[in-house]
Amino acid sequence: MSSSKKIRVLVAKPGLDGHDRGAKIVARALRDAGMEVIYTGLRQTPEMIVRAALDEGVHCIGLSILSGAHNALFPRVMELLKEEGIDDVLVVGGGIIPEDDIPELKKAGIAAIFGPGTPLDEIIEYIKANVKL
Amino acid sequence: MSVSELVNGVLSGKRRELARLISLIENEDPEAAEVLSRLYKNTGKAHVIGITGPPGSGKSSLVTKLTAELRKRNKTIGVVCVDPSSPFTGGALLGDRIRMQEHTLDKDVYVRSMGTRGHLGGLARATSDAVRAIDAFGKDIIFVETVGAGQAEVEIIEIAQTIIVTDVPGSGDDIQAIKAGIMEIADIFVVNKKDLPGADRKVTEINAMLDIDPIERAWRPPVLLTNGRTGEGVLEVIEKIQAHLQFLKESGLLEQKGLQRSRDELHDLMRYKLTRELYQKLEGRPEYEAAIKKIAARKEDPYTVAERLIAEFLFSESR
Repeated sequence: MSSSKKIRVLVAKPGLDGHDRGAKIVARALRDAGMEVIYTGLRQTPEMIVRAALDEGVHCIGLSILSGAHNALFPRVMELLKEEGIDDVLVVGGGIIPEDDIPELKKAGIAAIFGPGTPLDEIIEYIKANVKL
Repeated sequence: MSVSELVNGVLSGKRRELARLISLIENEDPEAAEVLSRLYKNTGKAHVIGITGPPGSGKSSLVTKLTAELRKRNKTIGVVCVDPSSPFTGGALLGDRIRMQEHTLDKDVYVRSMGTRGHLGGLARATSDAVRAIDAFGKDIIFVETVGAGQAEVEIIEIAQTIIVTDVPGSGDDIQAIKAGIMEIADIFVVNKKDLPGADRKVTEINAMLDIDPIERAWRPPVLLTNGRTGEGVLEVIEKIQAHLQFLKESGLLEQKGLQRSRDELHDLMRYKLTRELYQKLEGRPEYEAAIKKIAARKEDPYTVAERLIAEFLFSESR
């Protein structure tokens, strides 16, 4: 495969909170790690996120949420991906997500959850090691 | 996905196949060329509109508003937006979609973001073929948004039939307006952010530049004022886009541009293939390495050696 192959990541904020500092910091860090980051902005519905991921041909979706609606929105994203027949995209999440919720989210197909204080390198390494190019 | 699956998928309007094809094009995968060659006959139908101008001059906002208006008229839309890749890491932050959210769920709109991946000229190397893929996919109008362009990023003229150059009030004096480069390629000027002071002055400066054009042109680029946030002035832009296409058709320029495009493309492809073939034949050969050393030592000159190697390796059957 050509050496010009790049990891493409969609960084998206589902739900209604307007706190995008975390998403922007992660987007910037992934950019600096040599990835192509598509940032879609605030208040995305799961439908919009999945459509953008499909059109942009991304390898990874990073979901950031601080409103507490992750238990509803993250699994919905996974459902829609399945409906579109997309099974080769790595989905990770971040934001304010209680420990107790993580097992259920993982069961729904979210590969990893990165809470506040996660070193950026950890996120970068995780994505590099787990995306299907 | 196989070549046939991609070809059939794109022709039958499947987004996933289109997205995959554009990724293959971006990665310079040999399969992409195979798919494109089979799609070629189904292309050439879309009106390709280039949008270029300085960073933050409202290109994405304008595309969004134009798209909204054209969707009311049942036109299907493709958008390719190019943002710069980092020269240091190769990474990119592609943020043009943010302003196009209102169209995300419209099945008749396809938006693709693209990093330049080291290519200069305002586009990515893959842009031209990506536009072709979206053309085969069946979109009526394809917008190509260049990277925030300064003065010399004019490659867009090679792929777009109509070019809109955006500018904003307060971006330099009237001498900027008569410089060569980007100001010469516009078919339509759009001065965006018309609510800011200096908008009328900007229009006057661009018009004054057009007034002193020594050549009488059949199409004088109109200079329009818009507000990308409210959509003010967008209807006029659409009118002029349609008028420009009409002009291209009636004047025979559309056909002429098409011929020129095919000529340039064939020329580029042949040059690329010849160069590649020559390198494949020369690479690692002792004569080649020896010649390089002689040139460096000033025992031979590169002009003569180039002639000799081409004659020996490219045009001889025995090699």
